[in-house]
Amino acid sequence: MAILTSQIVIDDLIAKFEDDISEVYEPYGLHTFTTTREQIIPILEYLYFHNQFRFQFLTDLCGVHFPDSAGKELCVTYHLHTLLHNIRLRIKVYLPIENPTIPTACKVFASANWQERETYDFYGIIFEGHPQLKRILNVDDMDYFPLRKEYPLEDQTRRDKEDLYFGR
Amino acid sequence: MHSSKVYIFVVNDMASFVKTYKNRNYIKNSSGFYHTTITMIKMVEAPENFTGQGFQTTSFEKVIGMARANSLWPLPFATSCCGIEFMATMASTYDLARFGAERPSFSPRQSDLLMVMGTIAKKMGPIVRQVYEQMAEPRWVIAVGACASSGGIFDTYSVLQGIDRIVPVDVYVPGCPPRPEQILEGILKIQELAINESLRRRNTEQYKALLESYQMKIT
Repeated sequence: MAILTSQIVIDDLIAKFEDDISEVYEPYGLHTFTTTREQIIPILEYLYFHNQFRFQFLTDLCGVHFPDSAGKELCVTYHLHTLLHNIRLRIKVYLPIENPTIPTACKVFASANWQERETYDFYGIIFEGHPQLKRILNVDDMDYFPLRKEYPLEDQTRRDKEDLYFGR
Repeated sequence: MHSSKVYIFVVNDMASFVKTYKNRNYIKNSSGFYHTTITMIKMVEAPENFTGQGFQTTSFEKVIGMARANSLWPLPFATSCCGIEFMATMASTYDLARFGAERPSFSPRQSDLLMVMGTIAKKMGPIVRQVYEQMAEPRWVIAVGACASSGGIFDTYSVLQGIDRIVPVDVYVPGCPPRPEQILEGILKIQELAINESLRRRNTEQYKALLESYQMKIT
């Protein structure tokens, strides 16, 4: 059997999902592609249950905010790993900020439960079908999503937090 | 081999001490020096009083203030590096026990002094508040380090910008982290408060207003 490479996996995915796989590139040797929120769960399931690939380890699931890209402000990123072949994949799904909903990956990866709650907590991305989508790291009564790039940077001229006052 | 005895003296008056112990038996060692081992203990001075033969009078305020100041039971609420400095403060080199804070109390009910040492995240805030509310009067609070005093370098959405937003604070110890000497200085300031404040200060209108500004009730 030939050694499985991520290029073979990508070619297989493009053959099966065709137009739903876009923006394929390979930064620093990590194959990355973009898909849609309708296709993300079928793709995760396909990779998970595939006879050969076995992408059964969700290394990471996180959010990103790109405030300047209209209609694609929020991004959910999945990092998959197959322990059988030691290959990693990165999958991105872009969402508009007005309607940041995406189906939950909990049914495929139990470990997505915690990470989706965290992503909701910091970016306000709604994972539909998640068993308990509420804040996990921040205080419950917080009324904003702190990692969205919507807030001004600290005023660099403020004088009330100088090193002098902190013994540094 | 020679052995030396340990004599313990409580010295109020150095002149009478010298007079009394001038003619003691000292041990001559192999170098020809006479020596003895004396451990001197500094006692707290008695408060202002009126002394006669067989009696001594003073006011409760003074004697209870003195007792409180010299048996402060601290509750260490340590969350980060300032807590490490407190461990050094507690240990033998700096020896917090010298000041009567012999027993770090990990139960709020039995402690007098809440020492908050380290960054308090907003999520930890209600817990600090609950611990404070569970403490019995009289109670004091000391904020150790920049984070507990003002949020420190963590000027961010998740960190409480100073514990005085949720509980009243008596003494702030600045530093990032402060050295054990500074923490001891803070304890000495608390002792000063304990000695000088009225026994019933905690029942005053001022104190009630202070607690009300924190939405707390006098317990």
